[in-house]
Amino acid sequence: MSEKKDYNYNSPSKFNDEMKTIQPARRPTELEKAQLGTMTAMVSSFGLPRIIISGFLLVLFILTPFVGVDLPTQITNIINRFSWNAVLVLAMVPMIHAGCGLNFGLPLAIICGLLGGTLSIQLGFTGPMSFVMAVLISTPFAVVLGGGYGLLLNRIKGGEMMIATYVGFSVMSFFCMMWLLLPYSSPTMVYGLSGNGLRPTISLDGFYNQVLSGFLNIRIGNIALPIGALLAFALLAFLMWAFLHTKTGTAMTAVGSNAAFARAAGINVDRTRMLSVIMSTWLGAIGILVYQQGFGFIQLYNAPNNLTMPTVAAILIGGASVNKASIPNVIIGTILFQGIVTMTPTVMNSMIHMDMSEVIRIIVSQGMILYALTRKIEGAK
Amino acid sequence: MSKKTNLPAGKRALDLARNNAVPIMFIIICAVFIPMAGFSPSYLLNEIITRMGRNLFLVLCLLFPIMAGMGLNFAMTLGAMGAEIAVILVADWQIWGIPGVVLAMILSIPFSALLGFICGTLQNMAKGREMITSYIINFFINGWYQLIVLYIMGAVIPIMHASIMLPRGYGIRNTVSLLNMRQCLDDLLAIRIGGVKIPVFTFLLVGLLCLFIVWFRRTKLGQDMRAVGQDMEVAKAAGINVDRTRIISVVMSTVCAGFGMVIYLQNIGNLPTYTGHAQIGMFCIAALLVGGASVEKAAIGNAFLGVILFHLMFIVAPGAGAFITGDSMVGEYFRVFLSYGIITLALIMYEAKKRMARSKAGQELAEAQKKEEDA
Repeated sequence: MSEKKDYNYNSPSKFNDEMKTIQPARRPTELEKAQLGTMTAMVSSFGLPRIIISGFLLVLFILTPFVGVDLPTQITNIINRFSWNAVLVLAMVPMIHAGCGLNFGLPLAIICGLLGGTLSIQLGFTGPMSFVMAVLISTPFAVVLGGGYGLLLNRIKGGEMMIATYVGFSVMSFFCMMWLLLPYSSPTMVYGLSGNGLRPTISLDGFYNQVLSGFLNIRIGNIALPIGALLAFALLAFLMWAFLHTKTGTAMTAVGSNAAFARAAGINVDRTRMLSVIMSTWLGAIGILVYQQGFGFIQLYNAPNNLTMPTVAAILIGGASVNKASIPNVIIGTILFQGIVTMTPTVMNSMIHMDMSEVIRIIVSQGMILYALTRKIEGAK
Repeated sequence: MSKKTNLPAGKRALDLARNNAVPIMFIIICAVFIPMAGFSPSYLLNEIITRMGRNLFLVLCLLFPIMAGMGLNFAMTLGAMGAEIAVILVADWQIWGIPGVVLAMILSIPFSALLGFICGTLQNMAKGREMITSYIINFFINGWYQLIVLYIMGAVIPIMHASIMLPRGYGIRNTVSLLNMRQCLDDLLAIRIGGVKIPVFTFLLVGLLCLFIVWFRRTKLGQDMRAVGQDMEVAKAAGINVDRTRIISVVMSTVCAGFGMVIYLQNIGNLPTYTGHAQIGMFCIAALLVGGASVEKAAIGNAFLGVILFHLMFIVAPGAGAFITGDSMVGEYFRVFLSYGIITLALIMYEAKKRMARSKAGQELAEAQKKEEDA
């Protein structure tokens, strides 16, 4: 065991070792579980950071009545924020499944969504139609850019995450120039004075603001439920679940858990990975459009970067690891993460008149990513 | 080497161009941009020399982890954070001038070393993905840094002077003025040649670090580091404590980054408390790569050339952008795009090369096996 820990995957001499099976995640056996007691076994299978985060959120919930924060409002907020972010988090799933690691290149997907949104407004669509058009227009961008991105990631297997990060940055900064230079002319979007160059924040009033969240918005007691947005997520999540159970989906999982084995079984590894990257990019593009319809604004320039880390952290908090993720991970993770993001500022503020939420958010999300990256049982690719 | 000298001159030039594609590209960019920006040569020279004094020390500290095969140390920011905490304390104690700078450097050592140790340990837990880990550590420690500076300083750690504290009674202001420390190292022994100020003492410090690096490469530890960088398994078989060597290389890098940050801050003359370190890692890495370094190989010369070319581009890009498109913002985005792009390119080249070497080794192995079977 200890010998295997120090594999050097850079070394050419280890090529054959790499072809051997990758150590599976070691779950405690039944006997061990009995010995350790159920509590410890639960901790080891659920992961300590996740327990701490859930416990922290639970404490926040228990504290709400005592510090005079309105619980129904908080729950409404969490559900709302869940409905904005869940699709973005779902976009992580295909790439993790195909063994491409955490998609730090999310800005690329977001750019596709932004292109769809801005072009739909530019072409003069309004109301719900603008949302449909935004989805349609962003699709070809997602396929082309995602395809290129997938080609690149296939050439650099093993170093996906670092390169994904910088591909995201490069594309984002390239589009910073493009937002200024592309010939957009819709008066709702461009700078008023000069008449060219898009504004950093574009209001969606009259376009697709609340198009999903406002649809079938039901109030139960004091809690408002954005059924439309939740249904949209449920549909996409169901499609993802169904896809992962098709032949192609199973092949994707096989590529993610052991690429050498999958190749031996006759699966075209590169094509499967490419498909996963395109799916991830497309879902990310849809995800940002869903986010925008809830938030009410399109944010351009450096804004795509602000969503990467929270999204990656959310799926990890939900129980995913660098090469395993499922739909429940997405749902649990988004609820936990958005719960902390919404609850900490209000509860902390009314309790000690000190807003530490930003710092807590950074430490929780980055700590979670770090935990996932440094776990040895993941094996390497 | 002897093989290369036998090649015809044309092919040799082509090889040279291919190996130094990035610096050559940057020289061309600068050559095109300089006339467009329309700055006077003495202004440019002055700026470049100032920026060299400011950044060289920071860039050089990246060489240690590259030596140990750990790639680009995105976590050099940790050293910068350690130095910033030291500088805040020194500013609060009102120790100014050279003594202040020296004290800040000494004080930064324990902070940077501790952070470097944490970083090295975590990177050892994530072998094969050191770079992304160091990149995330960066953000993680930044969270703790904000916790300390924004909430604990003034509340738990005593801060005497209200001038650097937020009005609410705890936490440090967004900018801490270091006016009394400003350029005190740069002005020491400074000489002026035709309006260009040369901060001789700062360059002496940089020179000392260069000498140290050259000397260090020849020591036992330096040799160990290079062995670890070549092949961890072989190094381990040779009796080198791989994990320890790797941690030492990261600690050395962060401590040097701490010194570099103090030099950087005394040149700037104020401390942007929450944003000062944010971009340091990215710019230093981009500068080193522009100088022709790669993820696994970097020399002192790369650092010097890189700082000159990268900062020359940085100074002239907004002006050139305004000249071409009529909007200086385009130039500013362009220089950010170039910095990110250059890092992306270097990372892609590194991974592709690594993969090629791996598959080549696999083919050789298969061939050898086939031969054995035939025999």
